[in-house]
Amino acid sequence: MTPDRRPAYFAWFILPALFLAVALVASLASLLQFGFREHIPGSLKVGGFTLENFGRMSDWVYLRVFIDSLLLSGCTAIANLLLGYPLAYALVRSRSSLLKSTILITTIVPMFTGDIVRTYSWLVVLGKNGFINGGLKSIGAIDTPFELLYTPLGVTIALVQYSLPIMVIILAAAISHIDVAFEKAAASLGASPLEVLWNVTLPLSMPGILSGTVTIFAWTLSAFATPQLVGGGKVNMISNMVYQLGFSNFDFPFAAVLSMVALALVFLVLYFMGLGLRRLERVGLH
Amino acid sequence: MRDKALRVLYGLLIAATLVYVALPSFVVVITAFSDKALLMFPPSGFSLKWFERAITYEDFRKGLANGLIVTAWASGIALVCGTLAAFAIERFEFSGKRVLESVLLSPLVIPHFTLGVAMLILASEFNIARTFSLVVVCHVILVLPFVMRAVYVSLKNIDPALERAAASLGASPLTVFLRIDLPLLAPGLAGGWLFAAILSFNEFTATLFVTGQRTQTLPVAMYTYVREYADPTMAALSSMLIAATVLFLVAANRWLGLERILSIEHAR
Repeated sequence: MTPDRRPAYFAWFILPALFLAVALVASLASLLQFGFREHIPGSLKVGGFTLENFGRMSDWVYLRVFIDSLLLSGCTAIANLLLGYPLAYALVRSRSSLLKSTILITTIVPMFTGDIVRTYSWLVVLGKNGFINGGLKSIGAIDTPFELLYTPLGVTIALVQYSLPIMVIILAAAISHIDVAFEKAAASLGASPLEVLWNVTLPLSMPGILSGTVTIFAWTLSAFATPQLVGGGKVNMISNMVYQLGFSNFDFPFAAVLSMVALALVFLVLYFMGLGLRRLERVGLH
Repeated sequence: MRDKALRVLYGLLIAATLVYVALPSFVVVITAFSDKALLMFPPSGFSLKWFERAITYEDFRKGLANGLIVTAWASGIALVCGTLAAFAIERFEFSGKRVLESVLLSPLVIPHFTLGVAMLILASEFNIARTFSLVVVCHVILVLPFVMRAVYVSLKNIDPALERAAASLGASPLTVFLRIDLPLLAPGLAGGWLFAAILSFNEFTATLFVTGQRTQTLPVAMYTYVREYADPTMAALSSMLIAATVLFLVAANRWLGLERILSIEHAR
């Protein structure tokens, strides 16, 4: 497809998008600029230029939030892989169209109901008198309720459900690119189903596994509603710290620094994913 | 024998995962019919009063109206800007093309809270009040990549011979775009617009930063409610939204094909 020469009305095609791009770049530039400004306690106005905000990053309180965020994202990504792979495999390889559409619809619906509805639903499931504790109590299995809400475990349970649809879609795309003939050949040569999975299907879906896991990791680093409500101030991720700094302390300069570091982290993670994918390509796995 | 056991085990794993994904929605619907003001499971009686309260609650009504205004504007503007930009990037050569494209697609990976804070700071730097325009611009930036992806996918499926044929018969490039490309792009555009509208209507994180009391959308109003009250009103509203989502997806599947909408999502 050879690109046409630019017609006279060309500018009208890109001007609106150009305005949006400028707005986006300007907002990120003002975020950067704010990170270097002095915070005046109790005021929304900012003072002169300073490097102090970046120094505050080394404070244990904030380091801790970063470590917690990375741990939660890592656990979420791994749990997603363990739950998502079997689901994606069934979605691609199952011969029953009923099973296929059941998996597809069940996985997709929560993705379209939005953050708040999905997160609120977990409050009802995990709460002290919620589905799990209330149910177990009413059949007499437990006396004291499990602490699930406001714990890292509860947040992870909700985060995994939040990202599973995307994991399944990425993995299903990767698995559907694998020629069934490889699996059949291995099986006809005497490999057991588990051996076929371990030696043929899994290695061949490596690009999907890598990009799925890393995408979920980065996606979870950006989560806000889930840790905000299910974490309830006891489990904090970067986003919750940013919100608290901005709207409780009006410390927007430091909130800007944390937001930028989060953005840099996400870009870094995706950059390494690109490197990894290129290496896989060189071994001939793409 | 061992294979059979494996198959059963695999089936159970799939079933358990599906229950885990779907469980919260079912639990919320059951809770919505509870007769107690406290969230309790299992509910002790049946009542419809939380639905009544959800429908009549002033903040939810205003939030819904605000949300629909923002969604209509944001998805409409994103549809026009995204279609024009994606067409220009795909079909014309110009300097800075790759940079423009990366900037326009970058909201796919920028954390929404980062964008929310950034937009809020930009607005305060220029003394722009937290009006609807700010919310709409923020939403347009967020959903634009999805419209552009939809246009790219549809454009790849258009045979360039059709464009050349029209041009050789004397149609100006603008006529080719309006009479040949646009009608052929229509189904893809409908999918992209639908996706943009759903995303905008549900967007919460960035919206929380850029909305004020007067402009808060439904997700923000719901968040505020959850923080203040613990009664099942939210469960009733959530049930209605879940039901609407399912109906919407079924309808979209009927007319546009879920696969088409998902091929956009998959690109993410």
